[in-house]
Amino acid sequence: MARVTLQALRHSYYPKPQSDADWALKRIDLEWRDGGAYALLGPSGCGKTTLLNLISGLLQPTEGRLLFDDRDVTKASPEQRNIAQVFQFPVIYDTMTVYDNLAFPLRNRRVARAEIDRRVREIAAMLDLDHMLTKRASGLTADGKQKISLGRGLVRSDVNVVMFDEPLTVIDPHLKWVLRSKLKELHYRINRTMIYVTHDQTEALTFADQVVVMKDGAVMQVGTPVELFERPRHTFVGHFIGSPGMNVLPCEIRNGKVVFAGLALDGLKVGSYRDEGKRLELGVRPEFVHFAPAGIPVQVVKVADAGRHRIVEARHATHVIKLLVPEGEAIPAEGAYVRFEPDRTQVYQDGWMVT
Amino acid sequence: MTLELRQVSKRVGADVHIHETSLMLEPGSFNILLGTTLAGKTTLMKLMAGLDRPSTGSIWFDGQNVTGVSVQKRNLSMVYQQFINYPNLSVYENIASPLRVAGVARREIDARVQEVAELLRLTPMLKRRPSELSGGQQQRTALARALAKESSLILLDEPLANLDYKLREELRDELPKLFADRNCIVAYATTEASEALLFGGNTATLHEGRVTQFGPTSTIYRRPNTLTSARVFSDPPINVARIRKAGDEIVVGERVRWPVGRAARHLADGDYSIGIRPHHITPHRGNEGSATIEGRVLVAELSGSESVVHFDMDGQTWVSQSQGIHPFEVGSLTRLQVDVERGFIFSADGDLMAGGD
Amino acid sequence: MNKVVNQRAWIFVLPVVLLVAFNAIIPLMTVVNFSVQETFGDNVFSWAGLTWFEQVLHSERFHAALLRQLMFTAIILVIEIPLGLVIALNMPRKGPWVSVCLVLMALPLLIPWNVVGAMWNIFALPDIGLLGRGLNWIGFEYNYTRQPFAAWFTMVLMDVWHWTSLVVLLCYAGLMSIPDAYYQAAKVDGARRWAVFRHIQLPKLKYVLTIAILLRFMDSFMIYTEAIVLTGGGPGNATTFLSIDLQKIALGQFDLGPAGAMSIVYFLIILLLSWLFYTLMMRSEEK
Repeated sequence: MARVTLQALRHSYYPKPQSDADWALKRIDLEWRDGGAYALLGPSGCGKTTLLNLISGLLQPTEGRLLFDDRDVTKASPEQRNIAQVFQFPVIYDTMTVYDNLAFPLRNRRVARAEIDRRVREIAAMLDLDHMLTKRASGLTADGKQKISLGRGLVRSDVNVVMFDEPLTVIDPHLKWVLRSKLKELHYRINRTMIYVTHDQTEALTFADQVVVMKDGAVMQVGTPVELFERPRHTFVGHFIGSPGMNVLPCEIRNGKVVFAGLALDGLKVGSYRDEGKRLELGVRPEFVHFAPAGIPVQVVKVADAGRHRIVEARHATHVIKLLVPEGEAIPAEGAYVRFEPDRTQVYQDGWMVT
Repeated sequence: MTLELRQVSKRVGADVHIHETSLMLEPGSFNILLGTTLAGKTTLMKLMAGLDRPSTGSIWFDGQNVTGVSVQKRNLSMVYQQFINYPNLSVYENIASPLRVAGVARREIDARVQEVAELLRLTPMLKRRPSELSGGQQQRTALARALAKESSLILLDEPLANLDYKLREELRDELPKLFADRNCIVAYATTEASEALLFGGNTATLHEGRVTQFGPTSTIYRRPNTLTSARVFSDPPINVARIRKAGDEIVVGERVRWPVGRAARHLADGDYSIGIRPHHITPHRGNEGSATIEGRVLVAELSGSESVVHFDMDGQTWVSQSQGIHPFEVGSLTRLQVDVERGFIFSADGDLMAGGD
Repeated sequence: MNKVVNQRAWIFVLPVVLLVAFNAIIPLMTVVNFSVQETFGDNVFSWAGLTWFEQVLHSERFHAALLRQLMFTAIILVIEIPLGLVIALNMPRKGPWVSVCLVLMALPLLIPWNVVGAMWNIFALPDIGLLGRGLNWIGFEYNYTRQPFAAWFTMVLMDVWHWTSLVVLLCYAGLMSIPDAYYQAAKVDGARRWAVFRHIQLPKLKYVLTIAILLRFMDSFMIYTEAIVLTGGGPGNATTFLSIDLQKIALGQFDLGPAGAMSIVYFLIILLLSWLFYTLMMRSEEK
């Protein structure tokens, strides 16, 4: 178990990085507490896997330091760091039984036989693998195999950090569900620092206490799931998190009021905004847009049924506004108006939130 | 121009991959094949395409028996989960390839390629090779090729499965629009219930090689005729419990009693199963007379906008999904409210007896 | 409609069928024909039944050649497979050296077999050959034209030089197809070099090694050109393998009947052993 500190970490795959674009990972400073659950979230190519590999020691950073507790591990090998990692595609040792697979990391570290047996059985029980310990691992289904790779990471008592690199990619949705909550449950039970890398916001948000949202090698926001949902600091975060993502609409500020398409919106705070001639947008999540007796006149263009709610696409002039309507609530046919919840609507200047 | 499967089945050796199935797909329809891996979606598609020959039964297209006709002779396109393009051809040539094979005139080819490229936002990439494109663009290229061919049958086998979450969302939005003005039959295989719901159209739920139900998507979601269909078409998994109906009450397990729902009132007293979707179990707001359930919290997944809670009651795990963030302490007892009116009541054999819109 | 398609397909297959008929089926049937007939030339044949087969199977000369053949094949398999594997494991995976290594490895495979024989023939000559001269110079009495052991030594060395590359290339291709995640997982699990080999590389190379062993087995069992150029089967009969013996009977003595029978027995032995190898290796996979 360890606290993880990233100090001015930067990485480039080029020997001599010139421009900003050469950095696969731009400067990052973070501190993760011991026993926390964290997620790195972003689209492919955002640098999240690079960051993961830097932490696990499969890559060495170009600049900066990495600390486990107070120990500098920047130059340490993966073995020396005592980390465990679960990969996108299940990695199992085909020729071994499930038991031997789980025992493998302990045997490599010459743990006493009785202790190995105790740990393996304990972990196997947690993962519901206990009834198939003597089976050949290669005969298992994808989720079974992924559980084994997971178990191999958890079986060691000396692990500093457990890392997951998109571990649910090859798992069927209904099993994804089971495995996801299993991970969450395991985190409660064994209380280790866990880092989870994914492009799937649901996985990141449900798993982690704190999520790092990344784009093009840079950190866009670090926050709790609630923070990311309710106050995305950048329009990208607003768009990337949430399904559908946040509505981002052009706006202007006149006399301290936010004006959207010629309509002044009441109750919106614009904080420390100073007009610098930059692009202004307002952001509001579909969850916080509602049909109302008055407000912004819209025309309903499309309704998609998502089961527990419907995703409604409404149009005001050329602007498309999405909103969620819970199951059972009516959708007005003609002459509809929508309104934005004022304290859930943010103003963005060049993409960044105005506070 | 309908596609009809008449009592089609597929056996390989002693294994039955598809049990006897009859399906009718109408022109201009978007049909979703929903089921888990190995439920038979791909096999069914292969049969539709003519890549596989059914063991029994026949396949009719536009009133003609096409059972033995090879795939080359049939006007259809297929898009797979893997991004399959010709790696040595440009995007333009990739899209044009089926037209060249069909011997379409050069000018006509150009017009059609430009048109679908515009539709799929590939115009700036037409000169590039597939390897220089992102995953989303590669899959768009494969889709463009299928569209350019103007096939009467388009089969899409989990085309979005290998894409990033957000890209998936984008393409999911675009896909139905692409087929909107065409008179072709689209069949779309997916493992995700939420995807099926958003596409609308028709859905066939598949389970262990059987089509359990086929019809308009929202009908199947809101009125699954069997427990199996309900399970297939539910994400997160539907809560199922054994119940006993006694007069105006239903008894769950030993001690929990709920008022019987309006729809179930006519049912004879006896043993049934109830299916309740997770979003119909929500935090208790203290309203009198509502059905409640109490359990110990096992896992709480709070995603920022919604709370998913797994709790244990008398040894069975239940799942609740609710909008907003609700504080749930793991290990504590919690009381939740159940929307019994929206529950499905199934007979012992799993047939829908009451409930559903 | 379907039938039309099928029949047209036959037209495309026909040339291949004819080709196979000409270079495999017809010669094979000729051999079968010879093996059950007696001939004194001039196309005069008489029925001999299974006489030749009995003769071949009871002949000490055949037994001796078969034994030599089995020994030779066993020796080169024992050397080439592990050696090839070790070289492949130590080849670079990335960087400019990859192509250098691959070209070096492929080189022996590109040389015609009779040239290989001739090269080694000269290379090993005790008076002017680099190898022969060198060995004698450092004190080994070495003359492959006179000492059976020296002849065997040279023959094995030549085969190892010529064919280990094939095993290397096959294994290398197999190794390259193992995803990086496996190595990373092993690192994380604290596995040492041997454990990585034993639990990741070896299991993943199973099919490749089966192919390599089968190919090397069949090829070495049929070795002819290099051996005939290098030693001509000598000294005495020390390196007279099955194929060389067969050639002596068929073309040296013109005993076409026994040669035909021997060919078939030879063919059946290869078939049987290959099948045995294959099923054994595949069966252990299933367990």
